[in-house]
Amino acid sequence: MAQDKITGHCKLLVVGGSAGSLDVILKMVPGLRHDLPFAIVLVLHRKSGGDYTLSDLLALRTKVRVKEVEDKEPLEKGCIYIAPPDYHLLFEKDNTLSLDYSEKVNYSRPSIDVSFESAAEVYGSSLACLLLSGANADGVKGLMAVKQAGGLVLVQDPKTADSPYMPQQALLHVDVDQVLDVKSMSEVINGLIC
Amino acid sequence: MIVDEEIDILLNDLLELYGYDFSDYSKASLKRRIVRLFMLDKFHSFAQFREKLRSDTNYIKRFIEEITVNVTEMFRDASFYKELRQEILPVLGTNPFIRIWHAGCSTGEEVYSVAILLHEANLLQKSLIYATDINPGVLERARSGIFPLSHMKHYSANYISAGGLQDFSSYYTANYDGGKFKEEFSKRMIFSTHNLVSDSSFNEFHLVICRNVLIYFDKELQEKVFELFDASMGKLAYLALGSKETLKFSSIHHKFKQVGKEKIWRKIK
Repeated sequence: MAQDKITGHCKLLVVGGSAGSLDVILKMVPGLRHDLPFAIVLVLHRKSGGDYTLSDLLALRTKVRVKEVEDKEPLEKGCIYIAPPDYHLLFEKDNTLSLDYSEKVNYSRPSIDVSFESAAEVYGSSLACLLLSGANADGVKGLMAVKQAGGLVLVQDPKTADSPYMPQQALLHVDVDQVLDVKSMSEVINGLIC
Repeated sequence: MIVDEEIDILLNDLLELYGYDFSDYSKASLKRRIVRLFMLDKFHSFAQFREKLRSDTNYIKRFIEEITVNVTEMFRDASFYKELRQEILPVLGTNPFIRIWHAGCSTGEEVYSVAILLHEANLLQKSLIYATDINPGVLERARSGIFPLSHMKHYSANYISAGGLQDFSSYYTANYDGGKFKEEFSKRMIFSTHNLVSDSSFNEFHLVICRNVLIYFDKELQEKVFELFDASMGKLAYLALGSKETLKFSSIHHKFKQVGKEKIWRKIK
């Protein structure tokens, strides 16, 4: 059944992660198709700093365009967008991204819950979300909203996670469509069809 | 939960009854704020929420304060303040008098930050900062110049990262759990309500600061506000935005030139 959904309509993939997720992303990105028919948005807990090292780091590993989000940025397929530190990232109905500097959620800004919930509302069943390694439960409520809206829920196999708590909590509370180990991640993402 | 049509009904009420126009705010963020307040104040139904808004003028104050985001800090984005200190203030200092508009100043932390920079550049005495916000409640707090002592350690670290060399604690006096900033700062500030959506230009400024306000507006409203700023600036005046905001997509961008790496533009035409 999960297989059916994977071949459904995907317009957007949102990836959330916290402690231990950067390594997974660095391993996953090189295997991605260069002509992905949807956009990928990364929402990671990280320190705010004036530099652009994360996008630079990713750009070295893929030909896919990597960009840190600016306010009202339009989403384009085949691009990887990174949520800037210290802002929540929200999705608008006109296919643009907006930023929000309101209170932290789950002690986090960006909060993965906030982005997942917002994406679920706009993209419904044409959304896929992937939750990676992390030491708190940010993202779990968001995955529930994604599931409820008919989206596809993917979770990193906790056995392969540096900090298994976040994916474990997701598996406990959400009806997850597929559990992915790090190796198969890019292949599954490449197979999400538009 | 609240659906989009109900949000539209609320926004309509607000405009009709109180003159607040939120219809061109970014929808995703606005809806999130409204749903958050609905749950925070434990309403049972949309009808009850709407009735409270329509009939209770005190509640409308709370609504505006909670719907608009008032999270801020002193010397937020240290690199921005460093650039302001090193590159912009020396140029502004060549004017006989400096008028600054801080639009959407919220509780005032960034206004006092700018005042401290002006003071350290020996420019405060010939400067006037017009600090405005849509929200009268936050302006009252800004006017008081009192900020929680518990935040001062963080603010002091920001100040140092922004190139501050003085003893930050010399700028305020501790009083119970608040730090009150010296009056020499607040003397150079004028606080007033101003709604960027509906109010017009009220002076010509050398520097307009509007940080992390435009992210809550949709593109059309952003455009309108940029035009308002443009009309409020003399030639060679500066416009400073939040670190993820940009003038790039606006129709007035050809009249401006970005200076340096920070989100500061100079009006060249």
